[in-house]
Amino acid sequence: MAKPIELEINGNRYPVNYPADTPLLYVLRDEFGLTGSKYGCGEGQCGACTVLIGGMPRRSCQIPVSAAAAKPITTIEGLEKDGGLNPVQQAFLDAGAFQCAYCTSGMIMSSVGLLQANPNPSQAEIVQFLQGNVCRCGTHPRVVEAVRQAAKMMQEHGR
Amino acid sequence: MSNVEGKLFIAPERFEFSAAPFHQFDLARRDFFKILGAGIAVFAIAKDALAAQETAPGHRSFHNEELPKDISAWLHVGEDGRITGFTGKAEIGQNIRTALAQTIADELRVPFESVRMVTADTALTPFDAGTFGSRTTPTITPQLRRVSAAARDLLIEAAAKEWNLAPAGLVAADAKVTDPASGRSLKYAELARGKTLTRNLPAEDPITPATQWTIAGKAIPKVDARAFVTGKHQYTTDLRPAGMLYGRVLRPPSFGATLTSCDDSAAKAMTGVVVVRDGDFVGVAAPSAHEAQTALDAIHAQWKEVPQISNKELFSYLKQNAAAKSEDRFRKQKGSVEEALANAAHRLDATYTVAYIAHAPLEPRAAVAQWADGKLTLWTGTQRPFANRDELADVFHLPESSVRVIVPDTGSAYGGKHTSDAAIEAARLARAAGRPVKVVWTREEEFTWAYFRPAGVIEVKSGIASDGALTAWEFHNYHSGMSGIETPYDVANQRTEYHQVPLILRSGSYRGLAATANHFARETHMDALANAVKMDPLEFRMKNLSNARMRAVLEAAGKSFGWPRKKTQEGQGFGIACGDEKGSYVATCAEIAVDKTSRAVRIVRLVEAFECGAIVNPDGLRNQVVGAMIQGLGGALFEAIEFENGRIKNPHFASYRLPRFRDVPEIEAVLLDRKDIPSAGAGETPIMAVAPAIGNAIFDATGVRLNNLPMVPNGLRSA
Repeated sequence: MAKPIELEINGNRYPVNYPADTPLLYVLRDEFGLTGSKYGCGEGQCGACTVLIGGMPRRSCQIPVSAAAAKPITTIEGLEKDGGLNPVQQAFLDAGAFQCAYCTSGMIMSSVGLLQANPNPSQAEIVQFLQGNVCRCGTHPRVVEAVRQAAKMMQEHGR
Repeated sequence: MSNVEGKLFIAPERFEFSAAPFHQFDLARRDFFKILGAGIAVFAIAKDALAAQETAPGHRSFHNEELPKDISAWLHVGEDGRITGFTGKAEIGQNIRTALAQTIADELRVPFESVRMVTADTALTPFDAGTFGSRTTPTITPQLRRVSAAARDLLIEAAAKEWNLAPAGLVAADAKVTDPASGRSLKYAELARGKTLTRNLPAEDPITPATQWTIAGKAIPKVDARAFVTGKHQYTTDLRPAGMLYGRVLRPPSFGATLTSCDDSAAKAMTGVVVVRDGDFVGVAAPSAHEAQTALDAIHAQWKEVPQISNKELFSYLKQNAAAKSEDRFRKQKGSVEEALANAAHRLDATYTVAYIAHAPLEPRAAVAQWADGKLTLWTGTQRPFANRDELADVFHLPESSVRVIVPDTGSAYGGKHTSDAAIEAARLARAAGRPVKVVWTREEEFTWAYFRPAGVIEVKSGIASDGALTAWEFHNYHSGMSGIETPYDVANQRTEYHQVPLILRSGSYRGLAATANHFARETHMDALANAVKMDPLEFRMKNLSNARMRAVLEAAGKSFGWPRKKTQEGQGFGIACGDEKGSYVATCAEIAVDKTSRAVRIVRLVEAFECGAIVNPDGLRNQVVGAMIQGLGGALFEAIEFENGRIKNPHFASYRLPRFRDVPEIEAVLLDRKDIPSAGAGETPIMAVAPAIGNAIFDATGVRLNNLPMVPNGLRSA
């Protein structure tokens, strides 16, 4: 085994003994039990595995673990602060923006990434940004509404 | 046919993989209270099951220490005041965990928060045939109401005994029994303390009518929603029991291929890898998903393939290979279609086709299997835990009592998770490994080795009088199925027939079954007939429709949509369609726009009116209705499985196009709450009228009639 790769996940650093080309998703889920990031396709086509790497939403099934070492990784499990939900999580909760909810982690992580880059996105920008996230239950209108509400919440609270 | 398609009777189409219910329950009464603690329990026993139990050979008699078989629901009131409801149904995103808890809270007169549901666990919940056919609301809801009402009676009796009063004057409300005369009260928790009281459900116990519901009927948010937005909920795919290995299965290159040789020596030599060869089954289990994949890749197998038909021959095959004579239950006739066709002012015949499509649940098929002392426990995302249990028992030569199937709340199914494929694979690998094994299908496996919504050909012959009255209707469905095959329109002369065809691709249930195909054909055809007599499509439907509930949804949808609308721009079109199935009614209006240069079709707006009797949870219902509309537009416009010689050609999200954010139009769902009508299921019917409404709108915009689903996989280019 090559020398351990060091990952920074949700604020903590860990050495990881995995082959360099292992997709980050498997390391998060199987090594660290961070199962909030989901396997949906393994092809970067559904967004269920989305995490933030250096603040940017990335498909963790497409990122080799070696490529994730340089920047901090945030998963859905790392969004809560002091026991409080992130405004995007809260907005999804308020809007009931899920049915089976298997896509929800990825939707939330993508949306957090969007709002960090663009705090006040238009409806069209939200739609465009989430185009790569699949919700097979058809909850899209509520997801868009949740992101709008989250943007509002974040602006009102200056977060 | 009417028997099979009876509105309040689940049609066990072959696509439902119907298995004979195998009634068995082994949990003893003392075990029940051991698990849940002391308290008060009420059991609902299927009426005819009691009689069957007495006569059926081999069935144990029902006595004090053993729970009866054929229990359909039960309820426990704990010493801490916690209420637990039990059902064999599974939560797959349709929100029954919330809706059923509401029902219990409403009938038992307790706060919603004090109720929890135990679902879909063959060791803990009553037998259930499966979560399909929109049956949870119409069957389980009233049963849970009756057990709740009976539990209320028991609590009142317990309080009466305590106070040495007659039960008649006592009132159960707010989780306590009160004596209005003296004002004293006892909490349910106090009444349950130290007791192990059971009661079997009385034959008839009045339940609260919808007009008096206080907790049911409300938009209560999804139970445990916080666990979903924080990623904490554990789906089957997320489970990791100690020592678990990751399993993968070697797949043949094409359907029906058989293994001729297999060199697994390299895989076997890998550290920690277990290789299983058992007939044509070849699988591996390894300490990580990565190692499992590496081991699988190291296996070199030769397969003997068999030639088979492809997309391009599909529809001619379906017509040519239909059963020579269909069974009586698949046919229905009244009047004389021939005579009516001969006398019709206008005749219209047309053929419609429907492609195979995939469920593509975002959580793929998955299972975790664990053996201990010869007993097998499976966690798996299935709609049919008991049928899965029986299949596993059969496959592994075990008594059913040695297999337990538990369904974690699952990442959707849409009719696609009836079979136990992943469970069998995980169990086989786990038995060989001597450790728990998880199998999660890849997306490609999901698109290839699951099963599909069947393709079909539908032929319609029709005749109308010059005033637009429908006089003749003949409808033949080849292969896709008979759900929703009967026309709701008033027509004196009609013949409907479902023609079975041997399976080409493995096919099974899909949200709405064949009702989507049959409604597409019928509602498209009705639109064409309206056009033939130059009538407004809504007016034409109303003229031929006496069913008041159907008329009501059409009126509601039309009103919200603004029907009839005048076109304000080029390429704009409006369409309408309606239908009923499984006790609920739907009407959908669509506005579309065809791009002048690219000829791409864009759905601008969908308005749907839906009525399923008394609404249990309007928020959950709205989610289901809107979700069905969006899922429906995929099959309407572009979803199709492409296959050639036993291979799926588009087994990825990149090549199998499904609805994404940009495809979603402005959507409005109008929910009609009929408190005077028992609640029907709502998971399926809202999908049925979407495709024809869109197709009719495309015709309105372009004059092009599209009779094949999907209608515009590549825009309107060819039209």
